[in-house]
Amino acid sequence: MRFWRTPLDADKMKIPRGELHIIVERCKGCEFCVEYCPRDVLEMSEEFNSKGYHPPKVVQPENCVNCDLCEMICPEFAIYCLTVEEESAVAEGGNNS
Amino acid sequence: MSPKGVPEAVIAAVSADEHPIAPFLRMDRMPHIWCSTCGIGTTVKALASAFEKVGTDLDKVAIVSGIGCTGRVAGYVKLDSFHSTHGRSVPFATGLKLANPELDVICFSGDGDLVAIGGNHFIHAARRNMDLKIICVNNFIYGMTGGQVAPTTPLTALTSTTPYGNAEPPFNLCHLAAACGANYVARWTALHVRRLTKTFAEMLVKPGFCFVEIITPCSTLYARKNRLGTGLDVMKYYHDNTVIEHGADPATTDIVFGGPIICGKFVERDRPTWLDYQDHYLGEKLGEKYQRGRMLQEACER
Repeated sequence: MRFWRTPLDADKMKIPRGELHIIVERCKGCEFCVEYCPRDVLEMSEEFNSKGYHPPKVVQPENCVNCDLCEMICPEFAIYCLTVEEESAVAEGGNNS
Repeated sequence: MSPKGVPEAVIAAVSADEHPIAPFLRMDRMPHIWCSTCGIGTTVKALASAFEKVGTDLDKVAIVSGIGCTGRVAGYVKLDSFHSTHGRSVPFATGLKLANPELDVICFSGDGDLVAIGGNHFIHAARRNMDLKIICVNNFIYGMTGGQVAPTTPLTALTSTTPYGNAEPPFNLCHLAAACGANYVARWTALHVRRLTKTFAEMLVKPGFCFVEIITPCSTLYARKNRLGTGLDVMKYYHDNTVIEHGADPATTDIVFGGPIICGKFVERDRPTWLDYQDHYLGEKLGEKYQRGRMLQEACER
């Protein structure tokens, strides 16, 4: 993550990591998760599910910070986010906007 | 919760993708019938998160719905629930609450059900300050029956029964509930998921008549007839046009077609509930003879 000013406790804080699970067959392609993901993790895929909708796909999995917004806003209960337990220091990241 | 005739192994395979909402919903009924971009699913998820946040005992919760798109919620939740007749979710919930005051009774219904055909029940429950939590999903239209004009349709909006635009002034539901004496009145849109969850969490612990209105997109009928674009466009409209004003006078929160939507927690007060009044006045009047629920108990024993 890039900061305009490095927080004083940056070495103590850990950025949470999330792992997205998309239930493709349940998706109705409303695009809410893609539009409102604050970290641009998702994108609409070109593929169809069996109902003929385009489900989202994960394009930047490393950006997910487990904020759960996609899970909250999905009207179809078709996406959810699980915490990934791992060591990741704030200062490292840096490869995304 | 296994549906009839489906072997357990099949269910286990289907629910392998365990969504965190699974303890709250009947996952075997998914996918639900709501259209793509409909906000009802988001509202259900917010309620489930609020239960989790408050730590509510789900055995002590009952959900009552009326008829309509939102009325389907009662059939999808894995809680004690009842799908009542059109407009009668509030009187049914009132009976449920009085028969077992320990229950948290939640009416989860739409605008057409709660304030159109059920309008009188609604205002009288608010007047009595019955201990009910009312969640009203307002999409400005009768969705399930084909997009007819509803008492909440804003002036000039097009519906299938008002092809030249609606010429009736609509209800302002928050004002109605507040004027009738509700203890807690709030309004959010389907976009404000976090604030909505917080409001639900507050509502669950608040005694008395609580009313939360959720403005949701109806892309199939309301947005299509009024050329508002897809559900996503409606969400963007909410993003650009909602004004959060906590404590605003509900009389000033009318919804105008194409205008700003004022959201927030408008009313929070502590009027005594119906049961408080009964206990207080009848207890004073009848003295030791008064016992809450005695008549009901006697009727059950007979």
